[in-house]
Amino acid sequence: MEELNALFHGFAVVMTPMNFLLMVVGIVLGVLIGVLPGLGGANGVAILLPLTFSMNPTSAIIMLSCIYWGALFGGAITSVLFNIPGEPWSVATTFDGYPMAQQGRAGEALTGAFTSSFVGAFVAVVMITFLAPLVAKFALKFGPPEFFSVYLLTFCSFVGMGKGSPFKILASMCIGFGLAAVGMDTVTGQLRLTFGWHELMRGFDFLIAVIGLFGIGEILMSMEEGLAFSGKSAKIDPKVVLQTWKKLPQYWATSIRASLIGIWMGITPGGATPASFMSYGIAKKMSKDGAKFGTGQLEGVVAPETAAHAAGTSALLPMLALGIPGSPTAAVLLGGLLIWGLQPGPLLFVEQKDFVWGLIASMYLGNLVGLLVVLTTVPLFASILRIPFSIIAPVIIVICAIGAYTVHNAMLDIWFMLLFGVIGYVFKKLDYPLAPLVLALVLGDKAEDSFRQAMLVSQGELSIMFSNPLVGSITTLALVLLLWPLISKLIALVKPPKQDEFAAERPVD
Amino acid sequence: MNSHEDNRTGVATNIVDAVVAILVLILGGVIIYGSRQLGSEWTSDGPGSGYFPFYIGLILVIAALGILYQSLAGKQKNTEIFVDREQLGRVFSVLIPAAVYVGAIQVIGIYVASAIYIALFMIILGKFSWIKSVTAALVVNVVFFMMFEVWFKVPLFKGAYDLLSFLGY
Repeated sequence: MEELNALFHGFAVVMTPMNFLLMVVGIVLGVLIGVLPGLGGANGVAILLPLTFSMNPTSAIIMLSCIYWGALFGGAITSVLFNIPGEPWSVATTFDGYPMAQQGRAGEALTGAFTSSFVGAFVAVVMITFLAPLVAKFALKFGPPEFFSVYLLTFCSFVGMGKGSPFKILASMCIGFGLAAVGMDTVTGQLRLTFGWHELMRGFDFLIAVIGLFGIGEILMSMEEGLAFSGKSAKIDPKVVLQTWKKLPQYWATSIRASLIGIWMGITPGGATPASFMSYGIAKKMSKDGAKFGTGQLEGVVAPETAAHAAGTSALLPMLALGIPGSPTAAVLLGGLLIWGLQPGPLLFVEQKDFVWGLIASMYLGNLVGLLVVLTTVPLFASILRIPFSIIAPVIIVICAIGAYTVHNAMLDIWFMLLFGVIGYVFKKLDYPLAPLVLALVLGDKAEDSFRQAMLVSQGELSIMFSNPLVGSITTLALVLLLWPLISKLIALVKPPKQDEFAAERPVD
Repeated sequence: MNSHEDNRTGVATNIVDAVVAILVLILGGVIIYGSRQLGSEWTSDGPGSGYFPFYIGLILVIAALGILYQSLAGKQKNTEIFVDREQLGRVFSVLIPAAVYVGAIQVIGIYVASAIYIALFMIILGKFSWIKSVTAALVVNVVFFMMFEVWFKVPLFKGAYDLLSFLGY
């Protein structure tokens, strides 16, 4: 009940005309970002972050999180109409969404996608409303070893659950940690790893890395493929929406399964993409029309979209309750909290009630507003993709440069952005995952602090990581996940594994 | 998928993979060297500045060796062409102008450099007419100027030679 009171207080905070306007602006910008190649949730929020420096934190996070919802919605538009997934987690949506568009059922596919996105997000927000305060209360008792073990779990689960070479995941992660270490040491005040270059004192800001890796890197990728958009057109009229809504309730079992998968995968990092694939795979197995999946089944759109949104939303739970983001976009939002002078972590629920509950209330409203906005404006956004790439590409590069400059008002950062762009392009081609790099860059200093504090407490004994049942079990779980690639190989020797039929399509992210 | 699949020439992906792994190895070595100098040992008042980065460097070196092994001697090495000449050309046609653009920002500031960059990009790569390109470039930059300098009051980089100083911002 306490949560419900707090939530209604949150609604009261959000329901000012100004915040409502910011919400709509955020959604529209977000869909735009989700539709345009080269701009995704993470770097879109990163570029717009400097614009919010002067706003109050609650309004700022409302706008930024709405950009995130918008980007999640926007990914579906390009998948269905153009067979180009705007975001990695929309890849599974193309399997059935694009065939539907080819059969002239684009309106139905989009309505299905948007509505199930809303359902997934809604279920996840309800979960956050009741679970996040509990997790935060629990985490208030955490000391440095517990926090370090949670960080360890976060990073080890990238290795355990990621796709591709575990060495590449490790390398990408440690590059992130290494870059995070550059600059002023937060404990001793020494300059680290600058090799006498004073401009490096600031260190590498993760916002620059995000803009370069995801923005410039994506543009280079699109350019290499020589993009030529050939899309289906879509009009959504109210009749189609109502007809689709009549059909959706029969997929209730799929929706519930997909939401649960999404929530589970979203809380652990790297979630949305595997969640959407897993949900699609399970729906295909469980559905009575399973054999027809891939030829334009509405259920095949519902399953991945619900899971992706549930995962994208629940990624905010660990960010709010523990200060540990579950996805690159959540990491950027966390960076925003730091810039606005808020200390992320369990204390947020005690000290910044207005902020936290305002954000949670805005998740409910933002998704509802988002659903209405996308249902009414799809043709507009679809027409944006028909603007030639040779106009969009330079404008996006200019936006990225401006975004990189405004973070610290430093010219050098624009050069770094370009460098990160090249790294992003090469890494993407070589299947290095980028999310661990970004998360390590964001959390590097904090993970290091908790590690050093833990080591100070124990005078250098690593055994402190097993000193009580709680920290011990988290650490053990982390180590199991870290060694999972090896363990699964051993299991495979005893019992041959089932083939993952979508392994080839699933992108590394 | 591509019709020119057969006559693609270029470096194999696993070779590029190995080269990147060597770069990562060097990076790991640099981090280890740097943190050794900072003091990666246990000092009188706790772990030194280089304590944590030292292990990061160590993991990086191990991971790089693993990738190197997988790329050169692994069972599933990917010997497809990394990029063919045509693709590389397309990538460089964006990358090199982008680098020139960043250099230009340093000299003449973001607004002027962006306008010139967008216009030239559209004319040369997009084959648009002069009038259309210049109009688009000007419109985009006027919008940015209003947004950043006037509405949000976030001043952007004006460069060493500020050509827009007459505007008073």
